[in-house]
Amino acid sequence: MQIYLPIAEVSVNAFLLLGLGGLVGVLSGMFGVGGGFLMTPLLFFIGIPPAVAVATEANQIVASSFSGVLAHFKRRTVDLRMGTVLLIGGLTGAALGVVIFNYLKSLGQVDLLVKLCYVIFLGIIGSLMFVESLNAIRKSRKNTGPIKRKKHNWVHGLPFKMRFRVSGLYISVIPPLIVGVFVGILSAIMGVGGGFIMVPAMIYLLGMPTKVVVGTSLFQIIFVTAFTTLLHATTNYTVDMALAVLLLVGGVIGAQFGAVIGAKLKAEQLRILLALMVIAVCLKLALDLLIMPSELYSIGAAGGH
Amino acid sequence: MRRLLISLALLIAPLTATANEEVVLGLSQNRVAITANFDGSEILVFGAVKRETQIPDGDPLEVVIAISGPKEKITVRRKEKRFGIWVNTESVTIDGAPSFYTVATSGPLRDVLTAQEDKLSRVSIENAIDVISAHFQSDHPIDFAQAVSRIRTDNGLYSVQEGAIEVAEQTLFRTSVAMPANLTEGDYSARVFLTRSGKIVSEHETTIDVRKVGLERFLFNLSRQQPLIYGLLSLAIAIVAGWGASAFFRVIRQVR
Repeated sequence: MQIYLPIAEVSVNAFLLLGLGGLVGVLSGMFGVGGGFLMTPLLFFIGIPPAVAVATEANQIVASSFSGVLAHFKRRTVDLRMGTVLLIGGLTGAALGVVIFNYLKSLGQVDLLVKLCYVIFLGIIGSLMFVESLNAIRKSRKNTGPIKRKKHNWVHGLPFKMRFRVSGLYISVIPPLIVGVFVGILSAIMGVGGGFIMVPAMIYLLGMPTKVVVGTSLFQIIFVTAFTTLLHATTNYTVDMALAVLLLVGGVIGAQFGAVIGAKLKAEQLRILLALMVIAVCLKLALDLLIMPSELYSIGAAGGH
Repeated sequence: MRRLLISLALLIAPLTATANEEVVLGLSQNRVAITANFDGSEILVFGAVKRETQIPDGDPLEVVIAISGPKEKITVRRKEKRFGIWVNTESVTIDGAPSFYTVATSGPLRDVLTAQEDKLSRVSIENAIDVISAHFQSDHPIDFAQAVSRIRTDNGLYSVQEGAIEVAEQTLFRTSVAMPANLTEGDYSARVFLTRSGKIVSEHETTIDVRKVGLERFLFNLSRQQPLIYGLLSLAIAIVAGWGASAFFRVIRQVR
């Protein structure tokens, strides 16, 4: 069934959009990532204009994250206090990110920068997580007891300590704030929720338990992407409601299944799967930059650089 | 020089054209309504030649029809390999490229229309794209214009259908033009040219109104006129859908 999207001004198959939404929704529920870094390239691929894809994707992430976070609230795996601290940093970072983005746009080559950002961050995070998870799995096979993560590092020497009961942490608010700002900047530049950076940062930098990380990340993502959606809707007019509805109907259903699957998998398995996915997307983007494109020319709306 | 030629041509054209043969044109529809399930459209273009005198001797009458979407300003970028990766280097702004363009003819394009006439009336795809200012931006502007033509032809937005028009008794003609699903809004122009031995003898232009209707119209207008409300509405839908799915699944789990 073909459907004409009013803002994107293209006609696409409605079931294809539902399916894409569902697929990304499952991943979002499983890993606590918004799925933007997967969905946005997929939307480009089926012919949605990039500006519309990025803006609409933000709106869809709100829906799937909301659906996912409710499932996590039920299981009491959301650290609201940590989420709020991260959010304060996140919104500050997003505002900063927009400023940086516009500055880079005036210099030109912003597309290239976004892609390089993706390749570098996805590459580093993906391979670090992969190696770490492999080691963890090997260890857990040797001795069946739970793996002890390093409890004390430099993070614990900082002032302004706060108790995060759900995470079982007593740490300074400075590291979560910095993580929030950093992810906020990146999410504004790269046009994603930033879960794929946030999740590893929470696990490895803040030492949060993996089960809590997913819900908390989703909680924070809702607000950051809602903010982004409003910015796009009011400045660029690129949020396509029809596209968003189709994606999110698939997405919210997928997110529910994802949360169930995620609860059944072991934390190490979950992390290794996420690592593999991140590496796959990174490789695809890197290849696009390295291999000669079949069409050297591209058409864009005038007014850019 | 070019402008002078065009204005000269405009002065001469009506004198020769209206003298003998004139187009009477009909369209199966002069409105295309883009609805939510719009999946392309087909427009039947038909017409007759009105003449006061006998059919002239010599080469038979040929017909060329060009339908053009609204012209828009676009930026075309070219990638080059720098430091091992492919990056956009040169870019050219093209003043006007039609969002949609199709040419239908009654025979091979060069036979029914000379290159010169084509250039003056801007009939074929390469002449429909404005590249004048591109000459100041690049050493090879034609490459960029050709790229536009190639990319949009691949997308089904530009097409040339040679021999698609049937002409009967040098008087009646008809063809059908397919409008693709990825159509944009605007006033589309439909031009009909009657030619003899490659020269245009008569010309007629009419407008096809392509508009979004119903829900499409409503959403589009809302997004432009009340962007904040539109954005908040999008978020509200997202949150309700997220909550709805969550509640729905909870009910399912309880039932089991």
